[in-house]
Amino acid sequence: MDYFIELFLSGLTRSSIYALIALGYTMVYGIIGLINFAHGEIYMIGAFTALIVSTVLAIYGFPFFAIVALTVLAAIIWSSAYGYTVEKIAYKPLRNAPRLSPLISAIGMSIFLQNYVLLAQTSDFLPFPALIPEFQFMEPYAHIIGSSDLVILLTTITVMVLLTLLIKYTKTGQAMRATSQDKKMAMLVGINVDKIIGITFIIGSALAAIGGVLIASHIGQINFYIGFIAGIKAFTAAVLGGIGSIPGAFLGSLILGLTESFATGYVSSDYEDVFAFSLLVLILIFRPAGLLGKSSIEKV
Amino acid sequence: MSDTQVILYRDVKKGLLVALWFMFLTFPIMVIKVNPIDKIIIWRWQNMFLVGGASFFLYLFSQIFLRKRKTSSQGDQAAKPSRLPFQQALITESKFFIPALCLFGLFWLSFPWLFSTYQTNIMITALMYVVLGLGLNIVVGVAGLLDLGYVAFYAVGAYSYALLNTHFGLGFWTVLPIGALLAMLFGILLGFPVLRLRGDYLAIVTLGFGEIIRLILENWNEFSQGPSGISNIARPGFFGIDMSLDAAISYTYYLMICLVLATIFIVNRLQNSRIGRAWFALREDEIACQAMGIDKTKTKLTAFALGATWAGMVGVIFAAKTTFVNPASFTFLESAIILCIVVLGGMGSIVGVILGALILILLPEYLRAFSDYRMLVFGAVLVTMMVFRPQGIISNIRRTYAIDEDLGQNTVRQKE
Amino acid sequence: MKIWAKTLSGKKSNMELLLEINSLTMDFGGIRALDHLDMQIAKGKIVALIGPNGAGKTTFFNCLTGIYTPSGGELILHTRDQVVQKLNGLKPNQVTKRGLARTFQNIRLFPSMTVLENVMIGHHCRTKAGVLGAVFRGKKTRYEEARIINQSYEILENVGLSSFVNEFAKNLPYGAQRRLEIARALATDPQLLLLDEPAAGMNPQETDELNELILKIRDQGLSIMLIEHDMRLVMSLSEYIFVMDYGKKIAEGAPEKIQNNPAVIKAYLGEDIEDVT
Repeated sequence: MDYFIELFLSGLTRSSIYALIALGYTMVYGIIGLINFAHGEIYMIGAFTALIVSTVLAIYGFPFFAIVALTVLAAIIWSSAYGYTVEKIAYKPLRNAPRLSPLISAIGMSIFLQNYVLLAQTSDFLPFPALIPEFQFMEPYAHIIGSSDLVILLTTITVMVLLTLLIKYTKTGQAMRATSQDKKMAMLVGINVDKIIGITFIIGSALAAIGGVLIASHIGQINFYIGFIAGIKAFTAAVLGGIGSIPGAFLGSLILGLTESFATGYVSSDYEDVFAFSLLVLILIFRPAGLLGKSSIEKV
Repeated sequence: MSDTQVILYRDVKKGLLVALWFMFLTFPIMVIKVNPIDKIIIWRWQNMFLVGGASFFLYLFSQIFLRKRKTSSQGDQAAKPSRLPFQQALITESKFFIPALCLFGLFWLSFPWLFSTYQTNIMITALMYVVLGLGLNIVVGVAGLLDLGYVAFYAVGAYSYALLNTHFGLGFWTVLPIGALLAMLFGILLGFPVLRLRGDYLAIVTLGFGEIIRLILENWNEFSQGPSGISNIARPGFFGIDMSLDAAISYTYYLMICLVLATIFIVNRLQNSRIGRAWFALREDEIACQAMGIDKTKTKLTAFALGATWAGMVGVIFAAKTTFVNPASFTFLESAIILCIVVLGGMGSIVGVILGALILILLPEYLRAFSDYRMLVFGAVLVTMMVFRPQGIISNIRRTYAIDEDLGQNTVRQKE
Repeated sequence: MKIWAKTLSGKKSNMELLLEINSLTMDFGGIRALDHLDMQIAKGKIVALIGPNGAGKTTFFNCLTGIYTPSGGELILHTRDQVVQKLNGLKPNQVTKRGLARTFQNIRLFPSMTVLENVMIGHHCRTKAGVLGAVFRGKKTRYEEARIINQSYEILENVGLSSFVNEFAKNLPYGAQRRLEIARALATDPQLLLLDEPAAGMNPQETDELNELILKIRDQGLSIMLIEHDMRLVMSLSEYIFVMDYGKKIAEGAPEKIQNNPAVIKAYLGEDIEDVT
């Protein structure tokens, strides 16, 4: 039973990370209908920035809490900046191009960013400092759930609530919803569509950065390639839940994270990735609209 | 000639801002390098200025380019019908084309005699990518189906030869058609459920499929010997004659030349046929295509399966050439390289794809300093081409028909 | 097929009938876009389908041509050789092969193919050459190809586009693009030509030319059904008119009858009209 609970909780941790990345995919898809292939790379850059900043601060002898705060902040700022820049360079000029052009451009961006980090930094795995402390009060439960699992879970829940509030109740959120419904109409009623798209990329990237910092600190090492697999898995989660739908991204991440955790725990860990990829292929074939998505009918 | 051709003051100002932004953006990753274990920081300030300078000039260039394109497209509208683009003239005008072709042919034929075995080997690789590019071109360029798992079919071909050769001792010439057929079969099996998906979903599913194949090869040790791969695969044979290594490589080279020629011939004929037209139409507008009586699924499947067949064939040759296969040769990046060849060369254009393959494969080999930056450049090429020149170096040329002549001939023929 | 032929001939042995639409219904989620439509279209006639915007006319075309699968009802085609066929559930290409061809409201040509190639595509479902034929280019394939080119050129001459043969479709003027769509549809060798707002965006002169073209096509033995908002064109061309509103058929009949039908006037001018008159 303990093993089951342990798998369940580690599945939840996985789900949380997938959810943080999947939101970026789903928001961007919802608003411009593009699979932002480079999103996984934004998450990787968030983790790298965090590693660099935290190491520098630690060497200069900053206190622990300052390091944590500044690291998270730096990761969010730079990831958002990358997300925004990628949109401006690779997607914005292609707004009216055939559907596959921005996707090819996104794949190019993804390859570019991976190799940029590889060349500017290193191809080796780098140890990542533990930014989440072991809490005293958690000790009695440490055999079931670690402190970092708890932090990851709570962060994700908070982010989810905040994001929902932002989209439901703020003016920006309203503009985002309007833009995703009908870009031309949104423009006509005076919404700066380019700005809204930029904001969407910034929010998505910031969430990915948070995910990057959390998982890097949880696992303890990173390299330039972590974004690719994480990106595809988060995308799987987003599609599973119904791409374009924010609750769908959470549901999909939950299902993917838990099944992966149980499958590796009870079956075999060799085929962990095969499992996620197969799930992706099967959903896209049998229910491309996902669990919560609406299947759309193309207008003729 | 007025303000469109010159760099303006405000461009410089904007360029400086862009440079500043990129210096900020790349600051942590380009400038700081940390060693968390030994607690060392290396500050690389020179990189910051490099980034600043490079982004400033790239911005100015892109502005000039965009402006030129704008003015030239305006000019084009005025004088369109009479003027052929330069590359098109090069290809269609036979007085340029035929001598150039002869020269090229002579060069390719004498290559193994002129250069070292090492060079020949590189050229074989380049020719393999030419065929892979032409194969993927049918799928992506002509039929407009973005296949990101193309390398899976390449792997099917390579492993068919590797396994059939090491386990059953089957020779190269026996496995070449078997590998091609197996890859085609895989293409059809995958294509059936997948090809009704919308373009971007198709891309992701094929990517997933490619990764699944690679992961299976990596983990199923009993079948594929896992990550260590299969070695000691026989080179291509020639009526059982024992060849020295050099001769074997020259032989493989001529084999590749034949395959390239055959591929060009077949792809060219396919493109200018009833099937080829249906592929192009499918790329342009799926719904209109169906409404015109074209069976979407069947047409897509034909393109997909044919593309896979070529990948399978090249896979067999790859295994025979390197005498060793392992899953590391069949990653997503390999698919991306082949895609890059098609995109750079020009989707749907045979000459373009050949050029693209030669540029992308040979340049990094000969410019050693450049070879570390290979994948970086490939990524940049994909983005740049999409943004600035989506039609590729050589855009696809539609076949024109001289009607009156044809009409006369054909009516005569039909009367006979 | 046989069974269909029997039951139908028992009910009605009308040789002149081309297409029968019985109780056709189309639901999108909770919205009923087509509500139990009944229509009968005679052979060799020009029939118009009119109605206010959003009445479901294009949805009707999409159901008819297999782009949407109807939620209910029957579509029955009487082919040239007196076979009776059900069209529901067929894919668009199968419908085209059975003899229905259409144009689109917002032009859907193959923009970067030449004008001739656009028409050649229309011949696809009436020709056979496969992959092997394309590669070896045998005698049969060469004849077939030559025939496609000849016939396509004839069709282009017919619609008055023969001077544009090697031009890209996207470079044609708007009116010519609409004609090219018709040419492409004609190449599929249809019995019934479905035109979705063929005159939209045309100037009066182009509309007159279109009028002539449609009559010419009818005289070649084809039946034509058109959706159109240009009432002058509708009234001068059509021999029979169906009127739709909110997914229902509200009237049908000869043009003169429709012009004076109070339900039609109400649908076009709104409810208030009754208070005024």
